[in-house]
Amino acid sequence: MRIALFATCLADALFPECATATVRLLERLGHEVVFPPKQTCCGQMHVNTGYQAEALPLVRHHVEAFESGPSWDVAVAPSGSCVGSVRHQHAMVARRYGDESLASRAEEIASRTYELSELLVDVLGVTDVGAYYPHRVTYHPTCHSLRMLRVADKPLQLLRAVRGMTLIELPAAESCCGFGGTFALKNSETSTAMLADKMGNVLSTGAEVCSAGDSSCLMHIGGGLSRLRSGVRTVHLAEILASTEKIGSPA
Amino acid sequence: MTTFLGTPTFQAGAGNIRGTESFPDAARKSLADTQLRANLGAATTTIRNKRIAAVAEVDDWEDLRRAGSALKADVMARLPELLVQFEENVTARGGAVHWARDAEEANRVVTDLVRATGSDEVVKVKSMATQETGLNEHLEENGIAAIETDLAELIVQLGEDKPSHILVPAIHRNRAEIREIFLKAMPGIDPDITDDPRALAMAARAHLRRKFLSAKVAVSGANFGVAETGTLAVVESEGNGRMCLTLPDTLITLMGIEKLVPSFTDLEVFMQLLPRSSTAERMNPYTSMWTGVHPGDGPQNFHVVLLDNGRTNVLADDVGRSALHCIRCSACLNVCPVYERAGGHAYGSVYPGPIGAILSPQLTGTTGHDDPNASLPYASTLCGACFDACPVRIDIPGILVHLRAEQVDSERRGLPGGQDLAMKAAGFVMGSEKRFAAVETVSKVGRVLGGKKGRITSLPYPASKWTASRDLPAPPKETFRQWWARTHEDTTR
Repeated sequence: MRIALFATCLADALFPECATATVRLLERLGHEVVFPPKQTCCGQMHVNTGYQAEALPLVRHHVEAFESGPSWDVAVAPSGSCVGSVRHQHAMVARRYGDESLASRAEEIASRTYELSELLVDVLGVTDVGAYYPHRVTYHPTCHSLRMLRVADKPLQLLRAVRGMTLIELPAAESCCGFGGTFALKNSETSTAMLADKMGNVLSTGAEVCSAGDSSCLMHIGGGLSRLRSGVRTVHLAEILASTEKIGSPA
Repeated sequence: MTTFLGTPTFQAGAGNIRGTESFPDAARKSLADTQLRANLGAATTTIRNKRIAAVAEVDDWEDLRRAGSALKADVMARLPELLVQFEENVTARGGAVHWARDAEEANRVVTDLVRATGSDEVVKVKSMATQETGLNEHLEENGIAAIETDLAELIVQLGEDKPSHILVPAIHRNRAEIREIFLKAMPGIDPDITDDPRALAMAARAHLRRKFLSAKVAVSGANFGVAETGTLAVVESEGNGRMCLTLPDTLITLMGIEKLVPSFTDLEVFMQLLPRSSTAERMNPYTSMWTGVHPGDGPQNFHVVLLDNGRTNVLADDVGRSALHCIRCSACLNVCPVYERAGGHAYGSVYPGPIGAILSPQLTGTTGHDDPNASLPYASTLCGACFDACPVRIDIPGILVHLRAEQVDSERRGLPGGQDLAMKAAGFVMGSEKRFAAVETVSKVGRVLGGKKGRITSLPYPASKWTASRDLPAPPKETFRQWWARTHEDTTR
């Protein structure tokens, strides 16, 4: 299958290892990955902060980026919230400004855009991706994956098939970590209180690694764990699934 | 559609639905109260888990939620005609209907009705509408004592405190604190009383019995009003409501205009949705319904005051109006991670939590970004737990995003603030892959901030709001875009 990667602006600029892992994983599974070069950002931050007029050009840019460039069967992003934005906000923003044609083009792209665990389990039909990751891992199911995309336990199905890994259940897993985009700045004290509880639960598992399907949530949780000098690392789901027994530098 | 109800076009809601400071400022204070956070965390966790179990027992829960949502949408679509029908049926059965545009008018009507009875004391059934209008304070200013008979409301009243939860107004208090409040404010209480819940409940019961038997007037709210029969319904747990609704000679009910249901059989849907969502019970212990006046049985004088107080404004917004579907179960409060940490008082309104964050600013309207209620739509991470818990499927995250956009758009004519400039700059950069790639390259100088560990621990304002408690990773040596160009260049066409 020809899969277009929507790397997301955050992974492109700050967490490239999450996007490169997605490419390596999909190529290992025998698929061709293409990268529509015009892509930038889905505009979620703008929509969620109230700047829909500023989001409109980003929606248009995203649609044009995925319409132009190499052809593709399905698109994937290693982020529940960015896929949530493409799926649930792009057409809404276009319609708010009366651009019905952009809305339907956005809907067409959204209908073929998947979050990584959705793509693997629902579209490609694999739960065992042949990964090897000899660590104790706990998994935080991010809010937008869980409640906007309804990915349910797909990430856990994938993780349970990883060889060498001990998966430890995270207490109060479905509670928000307190990131919430600009919420983390606008309501920084409340955000920090939520993070403190999330970190307490992560540390209570004794895991070495806290994983999730969203770099943004991991940036929040990881930022807190780093400040605590806890020694617990945050690793994106894609990186775990891309790891294999083969020694040597990937890519 | 038209939503003209015979009142002027814009009637902003007033009363206890706007705080004095923004949510972040108010939350800062409650976050510092470790006892409050412990009380709230324990209580919401308990009730959250109980609700999940109670809901799981119902096979057709999703169908019920959709039925409740559809019924409420129907009510909103034809509210004017249903209100008129309701008024006709209440009047035909011997009740009197009064219309109140806002909190002040509602308080004046109720106070005049109590005055006309010659009584200087009323017993009260727990009611959000009277909390909203500040009726107790108004009655007190006019020499009439209003006695709350719901146990938690009584705790709040005796403690000269404010409610912090729709269903459990004293959720922020533990039993040791309640004992202190009773000892200080309850006349004739045993000075050796313990903080055993039963002992505290019995003391409140003895105190309230005296009031039930002496009061000539009761004031209630209503959970539902039935348009086709003029029936009112109150759903409660303690039985205090039933005492108030049956013993006094005069009963005055203050009801928000959105509380209507079209027909009596519609109650079957809500009577299944409400108890499981609010108290996690299969059925609430007391459901009282009354229709008009019956000689020799119950109150002989019965009044309904229909309260607008900004509700027609909410109705006029086709996205925001579903906030009026709310049946005040408080399930969204109990699952909200922001409410759990910040507490109900941080919302400034008698409607806290996720529903308050969308309802209060719509009821009052907002006067600009300095309006405390303008901060409420931002008091959420949009995690979506509230929508999943809502028994009538109010899309709270969707309405929050909508209200944020309305807020930003309403301020566009003024000078742009820091956030406006940041969002415009980010939009400009992200609007072109070339500009984005250029900024990515420049941002790599941030690697020096990260030092050897690649961890940024301190940044200037406003990024300091992040680094106060969280590190930030330093930008990587190579962006994804660069990696792709290096490894896949020949395949990018």
